[in-house]
Amino acid sequence: MKRTPFGGLILLVSMGLAMLGPIVTVILWAFAVKWRYPHLLPTEWGLKYWFAMFGRETVITPILTSLALTSIATTTAALICWPAAYAFARLKFPGRQLLLFSFIAAQAVPKFALFVSIAVIFLKLGLVGNFWGVVVVQMLSAVLFMIWIPTAAFRGIPPALEEAAFDLGASRLRVFVLITLPQAMPALAASYVLAFVSILFEVDSALLIGAPTITTMPLLLMSLSAQIIVQEAAVLCVLIWVPCAVLLLLSRRFMTARGIAQGFGA
Amino acid sequence: MLQIDSITKTYQGTPAVRDASFRVARGELVCLLGPSGCGKSTLLRIISGLTACDSGTVSIEGVDMTATQANRRPTAMVFQSHALWSHMNVAQNVGFGLRVRGLPKAEIAAKTAAVLDLVGLSAFAKRLPAELSGGQAQRVALARCLVVEPKVLLMDEPFSALDAHLRKGLREELKALQGRLDLTTIFVTHDQEEAMELADRIVVMQGGRVEQVGPPGALYQNPSTLGVAQFIGAMNTCTSNLRHSAVDWYGVTLRMPLPDGEVALLCRPEDLSIDPNGAAARVARVIDLGPVTKVNLITETGDLLTWTCPRDQAPDLGRVMTLLPRRLHAFRGGALMGLMEAPLPAQAQGATA
Repeated sequence: MKRTPFGGLILLVSMGLAMLGPIVTVILWAFAVKWRYPHLLPTEWGLKYWFAMFGRETVITPILTSLALTSIATTTAALICWPAAYAFARLKFPGRQLLLFSFIAAQAVPKFALFVSIAVIFLKLGLVGNFWGVVVVQMLSAVLFMIWIPTAAFRGIPPALEEAAFDLGASRLRVFVLITLPQAMPALAASYVLAFVSILFEVDSALLIGAPTITTMPLLLMSLSAQIIVQEAAVLCVLIWVPCAVLLLLSRRFMTARGIAQGFGA
Repeated sequence: MLQIDSITKTYQGTPAVRDASFRVARGELVCLLGPSGCGKSTLLRIISGLTACDSGTVSIEGVDMTATQANRRPTAMVFQSHALWSHMNVAQNVGFGLRVRGLPKAEIAAKTAAVLDLVGLSAFAKRLPAELSGGQAQRVALARCLVVEPKVLLMDEPFSALDAHLRKGLREELKALQGRLDLTTIFVTHDQEEAMELADRIVVMQGGRVEQVGPPGALYQNPSTLGVAQFIGAMNTCTSNLRHSAVDWYGVTLRMPLPDGEVALLCRPEDLSIDPNGAAARVARVIDLGPVTKVNLITETGDLLTWTCPRDQAPDLGRVMTLLPRRLHAFRGGALMGLMEAPLPAQAQGATA
């Protein structure tokens, strides 16, 4: 006889509500034209606010800016960080542990303070209010995911797998491309998605370095929510979620819960 | 074919391989045998090129390979952990070596199919490594090496992770395949039974040194060092003080015309025979192993003596028997001093004189 884990069921339902509840509410709001108390569901549905949002230049530009910015920053960070992670995993060099630890240490400092000091430097370099200035700063948000998860993943690949390929005649580069990369793919995909999402939702750095010329989606969202038009904010929220959801679905092939957990040393 | 000369390797001050030299002829299967940590795997990795040695040379067919990287050496290695690539199917794993050599697709497919047929895994070409049993995985690992037609096949304890029954079957299979393809093979193992069964010659290693090289039977019958004698097969070992060409062996005095001093006396369990002038010992345990019976005896000196005999000659528990060695190996300082065939008890000889 199987015993129904009643407590577990309650936990599952309440966790599901806590996680999905807000998301569902926001999605409902995005398609609601009229939704007043005491109605449980919107009384009038429509795409009115979607047309309103897309009709405005001030909305379209930040969306495109954000997507371009995030894609460039995440990809560049990956190109720099993944080989570095491989070095951390496979090579022994002095100061390795200290360096690896420094990436976490940077997270311990309040980000805002860090960005202020960077802004001072960037001001001298003329990078404030510049698209590439924001790209550089946003890459910082990715470093933790892009170094730690891949390092653990590379470390988790048995050296014999690479040695066997090398022994059979492959060059070091081909071993990396044909064996190491595919083996680490689940964790690499996880690190990419996590970094992408964290950059997309980054507010502080965009505000400090990008302002006033560069406006990103989260900045727009902040300014809109101050105007208290719930539907407009909801539409924007859904818009921000779309790229994340697409990325998640794409990477589902590679990404496993185990891959992510491995990244954090599990 | 393969020549290893004075290979030395030190890991952070600890010597792993010390001045190891031996040769392997074409088509020969040589086992590197020794306890774990004796340097046999390190030596194999040095031959493959995956580990660099501090000094010495490795040459294959007269060409010095010492400075050549692993991917440019005509060797291929089967790892203990099979080391198959989980993101490729069996055929892709096997074809890898040909793919990196830039062979056309059709040729890779043909050669891969032929080798898979050779190891009896044609039906598994599309499977992923995760869907294979341990024995199948190791056969794929072997096929992956065979397909590149290496001049020397290297195997690093390939069957250690498998269960005993399977291990035996794969051993037979490997031996047959190796003979058929005339493959020069170096096989690392810590299992002396495996080495005895497979090898044309065995290289016994201990503490990073090559102790003795020879055919399995010769190593068993005539070990040249105490280490080899104790590692290969069972031995009854006692130490005694040799004086005036006589030595005490479990309470009997045996004639032994060797220089005075401390000696280690070793005798195989099957080399004991019943003799009225022998050392008295009481039967403490009788173990029926099937083909033979192993008898543990306690001598008058309180030592354990092991005797193997045909099962119809197995004695009763508690019986006192007198035993003499038919062959007795004497070692001093780890080196062989002499091998006594049927050494005579001193009293018996005195009586006849």
